[in-house]
Amino acid sequence: MGAGAQIARRLTTSRRRTGETAIKYALMGCAAVSVLTTVGIVVALAGPTIEFFQEVSIGEFFTGTDWSPLFTPSSFGVLPLIVGTLTTTFWACVVALPFGLGAAIYLSEYARPRTRQWLKPALEVLAGIPTVVYGYFALTFFTPLLQDIGLDVTVFNALSAGLVMGIMILPTVASLSDDAMTAVPHALREGAFGLGASRMQVSTRVVVPAALSGIVASFVLGISRAVGETMIVTIAAGLRPSMSINPLEQIETMTAYIAQVGIGDVPTGSIEYKTIFAVAATLFVATFILNLISIRLVRKYREVYE
Amino acid sequence: MSAAHGTIGGAPRADKAKGVVFKGLLLFSLLIGFVTLIVLIVDVANDGLGKLSWSFITSFPSSLPSRAGIQSPLVGTIYLMLITAVVTVPIGVGAALYLEEYADRNRWYNRLVEINIQNLAAVPSIVYGILGLAFLVRGPVGLGRALLAGGLILSLLVLPIVIIASREAIRAVPPSIREGALALGATKWQMIRRQVLPASIPGIATGSILALSRAIGETAPLILIGAIVFVPFNPSSLTDQFTALPIQIFNWTTRPQEEFKLLAAAAIIVLLGLLLTMNAFAIWLRNRYQRRW
Repeated sequence: MGAGAQIARRLTTSRRRTGETAIKYALMGCAAVSVLTTVGIVVALAGPTIEFFQEVSIGEFFTGTDWSPLFTPSSFGVLPLIVGTLTTTFWACVVALPFGLGAAIYLSEYARPRTRQWLKPALEVLAGIPTVVYGYFALTFFTPLLQDIGLDVTVFNALSAGLVMGIMILPTVASLSDDAMTAVPHALREGAFGLGASRMQVSTRVVVPAALSGIVASFVLGISRAVGETMIVTIAAGLRPSMSINPLEQIETMTAYIAQVGIGDVPTGSIEYKTIFAVAATLFVATFILNLISIRLVRKYREVYE
Repeated sequence: MSAAHGTIGGAPRADKAKGVVFKGLLLFSLLIGFVTLIVLIVDVANDGLGKLSWSFITSFPSSLPSRAGIQSPLVGTIYLMLITAVVTVPIGVGAALYLEEYADRNRWYNRLVEINIQNLAAVPSIVYGILGLAFLVRGPVGLGRALLAGGLILSLLVLPIVIIASREAIRAVPPSIREGALALGATKWQMIRRQVLPASIPGIATGSILALSRAIGETAPLILIGAIVFVPFNPSSLTDQFTALPIQIFNWTTRPQEEFKLLAAAAIIVLLGLLLTMNAFAIWLRNRYQRRW
């Protein structure tokens, strides 16, 4: 990198080495694949989305409150899908954000190094459970459990899917928040301890504020994950678009709609085919904005402490 | 927490009690995930162990629950993993080498590549499915619902994970190793090939295995490229139709009959067994071979 590159430059011979240059460009090509992927996604989404908006007005799409593209007469208001997505995301956040932060504070401020050494990989296992498995769990275990404790939930409901999704996202939030807090210099903690602060006071009034941008970044990334999560909501939250924010009822998220149409064999170029691109474009833009905010915030704390 | 006293310090006894409660809450936050994991595993084992047998693993999917098995989904998943490994590891390591060893951070295009990779790592997986649907399955490449289309989409999906893990492994090699090689007259590529790469292989391998375990658990992108069809045969070429374990689990989970849900649980046991083995292997690799400089 930096230092290595400089030394390399000073030491290069006057003779040009074509093999070395070729390797450099080959490696550059590998890096370009990731850029091409993004370009590919944008191009793939743009074409059918533009065609979609030639048939349906942007106003109808973003303000309409009825989503029934597969019926006649059809209606293309995406708001019910957005409301469904926000409902499940909200319940996921109720679990993932506070408990994710709590777990991170424990990992970074309370756990002994040895405990930490096996707790972190164990969290990775939790994050590595396939979402289809979480979906199965939400549908066959968690929803019946909610019914048993007296909640009047239907077989498919936003609450069960949202809460289980929260458990799925918790490790992401915990791990990134933990990174941000461990990056806070020890001198800050020692200063506070020296002034007689307890461990709890050091955690809540010194470390958390100092790592705030990283913690918020983990929250934003967690929200982005929840917005884009597909399998749990497709299996457990239902496939009925609804403007209701009642979490006990069946809803449909943007991702679940895309999956629902994907399961059937939709003819290329039909209006149904274009709807999944328009919805996916909306989803992509939303998560893109969230991801950029998160990346920005992470960079901010890195600049301060590293 | 305590807005009551604004300064650090205060009544020691009350603080001690609060500290204990606070620590309890933190532990609870940490445990809620693990408790759920245990409940999930027990629940799935309860539902599925009765169905799990050698004939379940060797039979093909069937509309009769008593005869259904997971041979073609399991074979499909293994093929997908192989394709993903072959495509994504060389490209991912190459990109990581470029970013760590060659790229000048002050160039705008290199910074763009970095932000781009971070963003790609967080793009919803179903959007990758859209990419596959538009380009690989229909559109210009037109592979149809082929095994190769599925493998390529999963490769792109986990590429950012491989790049990020490989970069960390490469960065962990101290500059003194590089300087030593260069001082002895090695060219840049000789230095990378013979010093940097060998030293970073354990980290790269660990990251790659974790990325592959992420790939074989993915369902959403495969649904979109149309893998959710009845495939009672193993794919014999890259352009054959295929199915995969997560797809079969999804299919069985969404059937109304209770019998199929039990089959889904049995298939989940197989999938989780595969994933946990891979994770354990990755962690073992990391602990066994990682060098501390």
